[in-house]
Amino acid sequence: MNLADLKPGSTAIVASLASHGADLYRLREMGVLPGSEVKLVRFAPLGDPLEIALGGTRLSLRRQEAELIEIHPPK
Amino acid sequence: MTGNLATSSPTTHPTCVLVGNPNCGKTTIFNALTGLRHKVSNYPGVTVERKEGICFSPRGDRIKLIDLPGAYSLNARSPDEAILRDILLGRRSDTPRPDRVLCVLDASNLERNLYLATQIIELGIPTIVIVNMIDLAENQRLKIDFAALQKLLGCPVIPLQANTKKGLVELKFALAQEHLPPPAPIEIRLPSELNEALSDACRQLEPPADESPGLTRSWDPGTFCLLSQGENESLGINEELTGKLTRLRRELEAQIPNWEEQTISARYRWIRKGCRSAVRHPETQQTTLTDRLDAVFLHPLWGWLTVVFCLSVLFYLIFSIADGPMSWIETGFSAAGKRVEATLPAGDLRDLIVDGVIAGIGGVVIFLPQILILFFFIGLMEDTGYMARLAFIMDRLMSRVGLNGKSFLPLLSSYACAVPGVMATRTIENPKDRLITILVLPLASCSARLPVYLLMIAAMIPTEQVSAFVKAGIMVSMYLLGTFGAFVFAWVFNRSLAKRESTAMVLELPSYKTPSFRKIFLFLWERTGIFVRRAGTIILGISILLWAASNYPKSDSPDNAVQLQHSVAGQVGQVIEPLIAPLGYDWKIGIGLLASFAAREVFVSTMTIVYQVESEDEVEIRVLRDRLLTETKPDGSLRYTPLVCLSLMVFYVFAMQCMSTLAIVKRETNSWKWPLFQLGYLTLAAYVAALSVFQVGSLFGY
Repeated sequence: MNLADLKPGSTAIVASLASHGADLYRLREMGVLPGSEVKLVRFAPLGDPLEIALGGTRLSLRRQEAELIEIHPPK
Repeated sequence: MTGNLATSSPTTHPTCVLVGNPNCGKTTIFNALTGLRHKVSNYPGVTVERKEGICFSPRGDRIKLIDLPGAYSLNARSPDEAILRDILLGRRSDTPRPDRVLCVLDASNLERNLYLATQIIELGIPTIVIVNMIDLAENQRLKIDFAALQKLLGCPVIPLQANTKKGLVELKFALAQEHLPPPAPIEIRLPSELNEALSDACRQLEPPADESPGLTRSWDPGTFCLLSQGENESLGINEELTGKLTRLRRELEAQIPNWEEQTISARYRWIRKGCRSAVRHPETQQTTLTDRLDAVFLHPLWGWLTVVFCLSVLFYLIFSIADGPMSWIETGFSAAGKRVEATLPAGDLRDLIVDGVIAGIGGVVIFLPQILILFFFIGLMEDTGYMARLAFIMDRLMSRVGLNGKSFLPLLSSYACAVPGVMATRTIENPKDRLITILVLPLASCSARLPVYLLMIAAMIPTEQVSAFVKAGIMVSMYLLGTFGAFVFAWVFNRSLAKRESTAMVLELPSYKTPSFRKIFLFLWERTGIFVRRAGTIILGISILLWAASNYPKSDSPDNAVQLQHSVAGQVGQVIEPLIAPLGYDWKIGIGLLASFAAREVFVSTMTIVYQVESEDEVEIRVLRDRLLTETKPDGSLRYTPLVCLSLMVFYVFAMQCMSTLAIVKRETNSWKWPLFQLGYLTLAAYVAALSVFQVGSLFGY
């Protein structure tokens, strides 16, 4: 299950980030790391990008990148 | 105010730099400390802006303050961040290694902000940590223990609320402290295997392989990480060392594939552990004002309505309010011209002053109302935090052609005027996206094209019987053609200029803030200054050249039309006639094309001179149109057939007939390469498009 599969408003724990593909360092440096709690806030009106919240930060990232972030399914 | 800067010698005053994440309120602090005593320039060789100012300690000592680009990490991934890293390492010859660092943290977002802060503290420069926007943290019921934070970070920590200046005095006292010790080293534990490997790599680099500034101290894992990760282009160290670094990095990657991730994780572990003692979160998650506002502004329906409303207000302001001041400026400059004409004796000097200098300065100043309104609006949207939301909503649309949501507003602004549009691309962080946006902006049909379109449509459909809808339809299709062109070229450039792999488009959505009008005013002041000083000189130069080209060599005839024909511009017009004949143009139109390089609307006034239409003040389109319709080719047929008019309009949709845009692109890309490329490709596109229109149309017998 990846971040883009989450329902808006739900929270999950990051399991892993793909090491290849798009450059995800920026996201890691912003705190999206295995073990971090991430909330999917909403999708943009056109369905992409999506907004996530972690700690006090709200970030926008594209579906393409969100799909590279594996999560533990929320309870 | 800049005079102060020029006289102060950099060696005698301590240099202080402001660093922090984007959106942490760094600029507000810089403004509060320096006021108008600052200047903006470019770092040599790159398009990163350099802001430097003077502030005074409570005792009145001068301190040089540099506002460094905002960054999330010292591991540079953009030219902005490379500048930050290189200045802090003391590796740039234009900026000495700072004596002191003011590191700004967003109080509501400590963990993420501490990522950069801990990297900076590790550099060992005396550092003062500022925890800014404490009001936002209080609203979220966050309790920050500043004493614990100070102990954790090993350097002074000052709570601040820069927008109300709460804590500013304390900051100034801290800044003026004579002996600020370097911070105590931070012990971030890396996994032992990685630690071994990093120390090993550093040993191989000893002794310092060259005398590059900042590398004279011995290698430590921290420096190694900074210089071997991320952006390598602007390292500026000798090839041997770069090669060695790349090799060591590759070895490390083979040995521990996720070593970079491990360094990031280790830092966050340290930060999160430290924050547990220094920050207390509320038991329940607070719904903030930002959450409530976003529920509306990012709503599938209300979000769109807000966008449409904001943009309608913007364009209403530009086309209604800017109109008044623009015509005052026009009358003012023509009155000044008349005044000079009345006082000076007739001659070349008078003509130079009136038609070259005054008209040239007028050509710069005329843009100011539009620029001011657009920048006021852009500043307001940036400062409140709405800009990031606009980008969020628009990203999907713009990503279709390889751009991102942040390109939307500059592109839209360009339908009024490309100059502020180009200046507004500053907010696009990704250098490639920014360049592509700048390159395609002139394709948005700006207001200066309107007079040309109106004249040509009038000449195309002279009868009053045809409904206004048809004329409006032609006009709209010109706008659509330009927009289409912009997207096509953006797509093409995205394919062809893409040298490096695309990076993840990550955008922060900052908390909404009450706008600070002082900050917006300073922003306007700064941008206007850049336009008038940097672009203004180029525009003035080109307009004097164009003036000379249409006035020299002198003919004996007092007739303006004959003089124009005799001039360099006229002669060039005749020389290029064979080139533009396939487009349906003659040399008279050629003169118009050349002269309107100053600005597109000049085409209309040039045509009145070419065809000797007597309408001194307001150019009466109808008079000129009637004259155009009687113009014949040597064979007696009409020159301005509907097809030629269409071909001319299409030419103006694409051609970069605007020296102001050229000048501002030069300033914003920091080289002549891109404006000249832009001029070239747009002129070529205009030629090909107009050629196809005329030739295909002729084939069909129009």
